[in-house]
This record gives sequence, C-alpha cells and structure tokens, in this order.
Amino acid sequence: MRRKSNSVVFNIVNMGLLLIMALLCLLPFLFVLAASFSSPDALAKYNFFIIPKGFTLNSYKYVLLSTNTIEKSLVVSVVMTIGGTLINLAVTSLMAYPLSHSNVFGYKVIMRLVTITLVFSGGMIPTYLIISTYGMLNSFSSILLPTAVSASTLIVFISFFRSIPSELEEAAKIDGCNDFMIFLKIVLPLSTPLLATFTLLFAVGHWNEWFNYVLYIDNGNKWPVQVILRNILSASNSSIGDSLMMGEDYTPPQDVVRYCVIVIATVPILIVYPFLQKYFTKGLMLGSVKG
Amino acid sequence: MNSSVTSVSPSPPADTSAVTVSKPSAWKRIKRDKWMLGMLLPGLLIFILFKYVPMFGLVAAFQNYKSYLGFFHSRWVGWENFQTFFNDPSFFQLLRNTVIFGVYKMIFVFPLPIIVALMLNEVQVNWYKRLTQTFIYIPHFISWVVVASLTVTFFASDNGVVNNIMGTHINFLANPSTFRPEIILQQIWKETGWGTIIYLAALTGIDPQLYEAAEIDGAGRWKKLWHVTLPGIRGTIAILFILGMGSFLNMGFEQFLLMLNPLTRNVGDIYDTYVYEEGINNGLLSYSTAVGLFKSVASFILVVISNQVVKALGEEGIY
Repeated sequence: MRRKSNSVVFNIVNMGLLLIMALLCLLPFLFVLAASFSSPDALAKYNFFIIPKGFTLNSYKYVLLSTNTIEKSLVVSVVMTIGGTLINLAVTSLMAYPLSHSNVFGYKVIMRLVTITLVFSGGMIPTYLIISTYGMLNSFSSILLPTAVSASTLIVFISFFRSIPSELEEAAKIDGCNDFMIFLKIVLPLSTPLLATFTLLFAVGHWNEWFNYVLYIDNGNKWPVQVILRNILSASNSSIGDSLMMGEDYTPPQDVVRYCVIVIATVPILIVYPFLQKYFTKGLMLGSVKG
Repeated sequence: MNSSVTSVSPSPPADTSAVTVSKPSAWKRIKRDKWMLGMLLPGLLIFILFKYVPMFGLVAAFQNYKSYLGFFHSRWVGWENFQTFFNDPSFFQLLRNTVIFGVYKMIFVFPLPIIVALMLNEVQVNWYKRLTQTFIYIPHFISWVVVASLTVTFFASDNGVVNNIMGTHINFLANPSTFRPEIILQQIWKETGWGTIIYLAALTGIDPQLYEAAEIDGAGRWKKLWHVTLPGIRGTIAILFILGMGSFLNMGFEQFLLMLNPLTRNVGDIYDTYVYEEGINNGLLSYSTAVGLFKSVASFILVVISNQVVKALGEEGIY
C-alpha cells in the first residue's frame, strides 16, 4: 500500500517537472507573440502575459508598410530556402546512390575523401579567401554551393540506399534500365521517408541561416529575415530601425518592432514543425543511431 | 546543418564482388559505371571546390597573404604567424575560455538530456509523454538569431521581462560575470529536449524481460532504474561523453558571435570568434588563418583520439 502512494507522488512530481520544462520551452514564444499584437500602453503596464492586451495590428502594419525591408528579406528567405533545399536533395541523393554500391569505380577513394571532411576542414578564413577568389562574394551562390552536400548527411543517405533490396535493381537492369533510370524510378520512390525527413531538415537549416550571409553578402538587398532581425537586435547597427522611423504617424517602441520580426522569423518553423516531428525521429533512426 | 549527436557511419558494405571473377580493367569499369559516375560528379565537384581547395588555402597561414597577390605571389614567412599567436596573451585567454566552456558543458549541459529522458521514460500516460516531447523539441529548430533575440527580450537591463518583474535594472547581457552562465543556459534551453532522443532510443532497446525479472525479484522503481535502466544505456552515455570531449573545440560559433560584446570578450572569446574578429573585421588574413589551422589540427587530434577510444570500447565511431 505504501509503495502505491509513493508511486502516485512520484508520478505527480515527475509529470509536474516535465510540464514546467515544456512551459519553459513554450512561454517565451507565447509572450513575444502576444506582445507583438498588444498596444504600447499595455506593454508599459504589464510585465508578462500570453494573451494580447489591447489587441492591435498597428505594430505589424508599421513593420510591413513603413518600408519594404522586411518584405524583401522574406522573399530572399523563402526563395533561398526552397532553392537551397532542392539543391541539397538533388546533389546529396545523386551522390549517395553510386556510393551505396561498393563496386563502383573509384568507390574507395571517394569515400575516403568524404570521410576526411568529417574531421578536417580548411576553416573559415581559407574558405572565405577561396570563395572570394572564385568571385562569388555577394552572390547567392556563396550561400548555396558550399553547403550543397555535407559528409554527415551524405553518409545517412548512403546507408539508407544500401538498405534497399538489390533484387529490385537487378530486375530493372535485366529490363534494360540504366543506373540513372533505376535511381529515378525505383530507388527514389522507395526513399520517401528519407526524402521527407531531409526536405524538412534542410529547409529549417536554410531558413535559419545567418552567419554565411554575414560573411559573404554585403548587399543589404540580399539579406534574409534572420540578418535583418540580428541588425534590429544590435542597437548600434540599427539601419533598418532608422529607415523604419520615417514618415509614420504611429511609431511603436523598438522592442515591439523586434517582437514582430521575431514572430515573422519563427512562424514558418512552427508551421512545418508538426510535419517535422512526424518524420525526424524516424529520420534520425535512419542514421544508424544505435539503440 | 546542425549535426548533433547522431553518430552516423554506414555499416561496412557487404562486399559482393569479393571473391567472384577477376576485376575487369579500369576502362571497362568506367564504361560500365558511366551513369553512376555522372551522378557522382556534381557532389564530387562540391567536395573538391569547397572543401579541398580551401584546405589548400591553408598555405596562407605560412604567408603574408595579400588578396591582390593571391596564394601564388604572396610572400612566404614560415612559422611567423604561429609564433605571433603563441606569444600573444590572447592565446592563453582563448585556451582558458575554451577549456572552461568545455568543462561547463560536460558538467551542466551533458547530463540533462539523460535525466529528462529517464523522466520521460517513467511517464505511463502516453499522450502526456508525447505532448511534452513535442514542446521540448521545439527550441532545437529555432535559429540562434531568434534565441539571441528572445534572450534580449527577457534579460535586457532596460525593459527586459525579468528585470521588469523584479523591478530592477540588472545588467545580465553585457556583464563578464553572467556571460558564461548565459551561454550555458541558452544551450540547455535549446538542446536538452533534442538531446533526449538518442537516449530514448537507447531506452527502447532494453529488453522488457529484464524489468519483469527484476520485478519478480522484488525490485522497486529505483532498484530497476539502477540495475536495469542505467546499465542499459551506459554504453550510449559513454560514447556521447567521449565524442563530446573530442569535439569541445567546435562549440556553436554562431551563438558566441551573437552574444559577445566588447565587455564580455575577455570571458567569452573562443578560437572561432577570435578568427572571425581578427580575420574578417581586422583584415589579418594570414594570422587568423594560422589561428584557425592551429584549432583545426588540435580538434582533429582530439576527435581522432576520442574516436579511437570509442572504437576500443567496441562501438561504432563517427567515421
């Protein structure tokens, strides 16, 4: 009997602690979301809330209508996310399929080349110097091409393709298919869980990209929303803040501008998150995570 | 992409062509594999152009590199850049900061996913467990820029939520004594939930019969935890610990760059942020390349050692 009540107490405490953790992960967003829809008066009056006080859309109107900085950056973010994800998927799966066959010409050399990059790289400055030697500074190619394929994701793709039964490929070969057709018609359709997982992971990676833009892109017209948010954040460098100040009757406090841009920069992630969650545990398991 | 703790490494390929017929000539194999090689080409070019050519760019560390002279005409200076770095006071400062952050990480960040995974494992109500997981994974997918913005929102001295609630104006963000806890807390907030996944996977691998047997022997919750659950995930813990030790030079660089300011440089500068500051902002290209090369070599050695240790334990390493 004693053990039973002990166990009830344990369950309540355990579940309570987990609830607190879940809330700690969630509340910062809820506050920023609520604050971005609240009036400046309410913000001055209340310290913390998760339901908008004095609901208003004025802050968003201001952020989006007073200049087109945010719109431009959103276009960059969306286009680069879609383009970058497609490039990642194409280059990685095309390269992984041949490498899932150990008898392909050059297999050993190429696998060695790939695994070395897991543990050694040229580093930031040499990569920067080379990219600038290629004349790629200030071009979107500097963001898209160097990250088109990486050793760790490639290895996950390779081990997934290896798990596809080779009988299917042999049958197609007898029917006269070449390797590329087999890849396109047989291997890819069997790889939807892998492709779904990595579509989402690649997309999140591109949407969140910040540092490579700071390093390679000076032209403010080519900045995505993450870079704009960072510039709003650092008070000394608030060029967007300044340009937002002009010619508007309503000027929300700098904090509120930040809340709106945080929401804009986060909402797409939260929208794809349910899909992401469905696939990522499966996707991680694909990477031969040992239980 | 953020490659967290997934130890990815394909199982050795089943060598089907092993004993069979003698190998055809290289030319015949190229002809046979022409489609395969064509598919390989784009990725191979990326690896060569953007991963291997930059390794060649490391020669700048031994030069007085000038961009108008390029790699072929810049003056060679031997080990001068390295000597400058080793004699610079910032060498020890960077080493100290890196080691301190590494130790903090191992003590405060590393154990949390294990504890949370064990807590989740004890929850018998399935929907509650899934809901909790849904929420605690979210921060992993948020960009560091947004995390930095949320940190400012809550901890700014002026109009930050925490200071407003307490009615104070404590300077959390530009303060050398709170910088390290702040970095560690951000890492805990962002990655604890995500880190549980690998342990939860390990936990599902424990044979349920072991629990049944322990119950028959009269073991309660804590006895089962100690004698069945923990031994069941001990291997995973050991591997992640060793791999974590091996990669402590490669700490999330974006995070540091976003949070650092002139007041916290002393306690928060790590190799990568120093390289960025000296190389890109101050234009000391050769010097910062040398610093970066030093870090790459040191981290290479650490990763290889830790990987050997993992393999010696009979597990699969990262390569």
